[in-house]
Amino acid sequence: MNFPLPEFISVSASNPWTYVVFGLIGFAFGYTLEMSGFGDSRKLAAQFYFTELTVLKVMFTAIVTAMVLLFGAVGLGILNFNQVWVNPTYLSSGILGGLIMGVGFIIGGFCPTTSLASASTGKIDGMFFMLGGFVGAFLFGETEVLFDNWYANSGYFGRVTLDQVFNLPVGAVVLLVVLMALFMFWGAEQLERIFGKKDLSKEPKLRFAGAGALFAAAVAVVLIGSPSIEDKYNALIFTRAENEQQIAYSADEMLENRLVFISPAEAFKARYDQTINLIYLDVRAEADYNLYHIEDAVNAPQNRLAEILPVLLVEPPANSVFILMSNDETAAVEAWKFLAASAVPNVYILEGGINNWITFFGKEDETLAARPKPGAGDDELAFIFPAALGDRYESCSPDPVKYETLEFEQKIKLQLKRDKSGGGCG
Amino acid sequence: MTTQTRKPLFPTSPKPFVHPYFGGMVLGIVLFLALLLTGNGLGSSGATSRFVTALTDAFAPEHVDRTPYLLKLAGGDKNPLDDWIVPVYIGALLGGFASGLLNGRLKFETTKGPNISNRTRWLMSFLGGVIFLYGARMARGCTSGQALTGGTTLSAGSWVVMFAIFGGAYGLAYFVRKLWN
Repeated sequence: MNFPLPEFISVSASNPWTYVVFGLIGFAFGYTLEMSGFGDSRKLAAQFYFTELTVLKVMFTAIVTAMVLLFGAVGLGILNFNQVWVNPTYLSSGILGGLIMGVGFIIGGFCPTTSLASASTGKIDGMFFMLGGFVGAFLFGETEVLFDNWYANSGYFGRVTLDQVFNLPVGAVVLLVVLMALFMFWGAEQLERIFGKKDLSKEPKLRFAGAGALFAAAVAVVLIGSPSIEDKYNALIFTRAENEQQIAYSADEMLENRLVFISPAEAFKARYDQTINLIYLDVRAEADYNLYHIEDAVNAPQNRLAEILPVLLVEPPANSVFILMSNDETAAVEAWKFLAASAVPNVYILEGGINNWITFFGKEDETLAARPKPGAGDDELAFIFPAALGDRYESCSPDPVKYETLEFEQKIKLQLKRDKSGGGCG
Repeated sequence: MTTQTRKPLFPTSPKPFVHPYFGGMVLGIVLFLALLLTGNGLGSSGATSRFVTALTDAFAPEHVDRTPYLLKLAGGDKNPLDDWIVPVYIGALLGGFASGLLNGRLKFETTKGPNISNRTRWLMSFLGGVIFLYGARMARGCTSGQALTGGTTLSAGSWVVMFAIFGGAYGLAYFVRKLWN
């Protein structure tokens, strides 16, 4: 079984069970918050006066429990982490928004979900918080236009996780977070003893066993490690509808059957398809890219692909299509393997690469001052350019009117029916 | 015939809350199952936005089409309520109610510090809600969607948001201590 289950990645009216599953998740969420005492604002506010640190204890126990289970499942290959929603990093709006939330927290005594647990059990202050929340959300929607650019771009780093930030194996980060949490629990109990006059000897001894189990589980996550890029590549399965049948292909079969290779004509027409978000990725060295490249193509040399992966992964996965190109196909195929194994959806390769593009669109391009280069090696540019003019030849952006009708076999098929844009609290 | 006192279906006096570590562990398992099954974590503040936007869309659809943030949620024929976070939100309300019912904690009351009136508490609660949700939409998620879910998936930005929330609250706590102590 491969998790997450594609049926339940988003809600859809065609499958009412999705509403039931998400409703049950919410039910369990609200139930646990209420039974932990989060319907009472005093319990939440006490966190900030050190008399009772229930908020910290519940929150961090939840985080480390879920984290150890999550990365254990990822390490065992049960769960594909690249299909798990990871909140993209926006430093500026994150920090300012976080500080504002903190202010709302200490004044209002709730956070949004705890106010639900509170209001639903009859707490009037919880109801007022909920009501205020609607006003706050409304005000944000109305005022966001004033700082739209800052909100959308400032401090944006895409999908970045802590292991990438600290350049550590993910298991090590899991272990460090667990150790930090255990230290915080110890500190929290000391604070409760000092400020809250709490008698720690009455606390259940079982919590030491729990701490031990948690530590052991974190060590296990380190030992399991995470699946290599080869493992992920070999586990890939593509399903394509052909003659009204769903046929499953492995990644190598996709390459062998040339199902991911698209003609220059299709690559060109896709740019004018309003239903897809097209991204040309030119994986050649910058020198070749400067000589000639398709308009709007992003230069992403092989050795930099890993670096730009976080940005590619936050493109809307349901309708983003990536077209890779090298001079011929060799480098593009390598890049395809890497991106596909990293769960970037809808990746295709320009058939015959830039050489084929120039042959196809260049024959009617009078601005093109390129001579064929005899004896060009594998995946080398087969033309000699007198100057590095980049995309300033006509054939770099062929005239859509002139080439309105082109014959080609349609290969692009969108893989995933999912919209990640609403993820998290968003 | 013997007289028997019927045991009430639901407890009438409130039962104690569960131990925080136990509550946290259960919450962690719920969160893990959510991530495992659906690839999405937990959240709620996004639904608040979606409800308000749905209301705006019903009365002033052209206003929605002119406002960039609302456009993303409800532009054209998009239904802002067609998102996983909406059933999670409704589920959380029902779940909180069920726990209150089964543990004898359903009661109309106001939870507040000892030195303020109910009215002050209600006003502060309302204001807190306005401020919190404004910040939550700016940070693209609240304590659930950012701190809890993003913390678990080790999202760098979410850890920053989490520390900012605690920073904001601790920074102001001293100045509003009259509200709570």
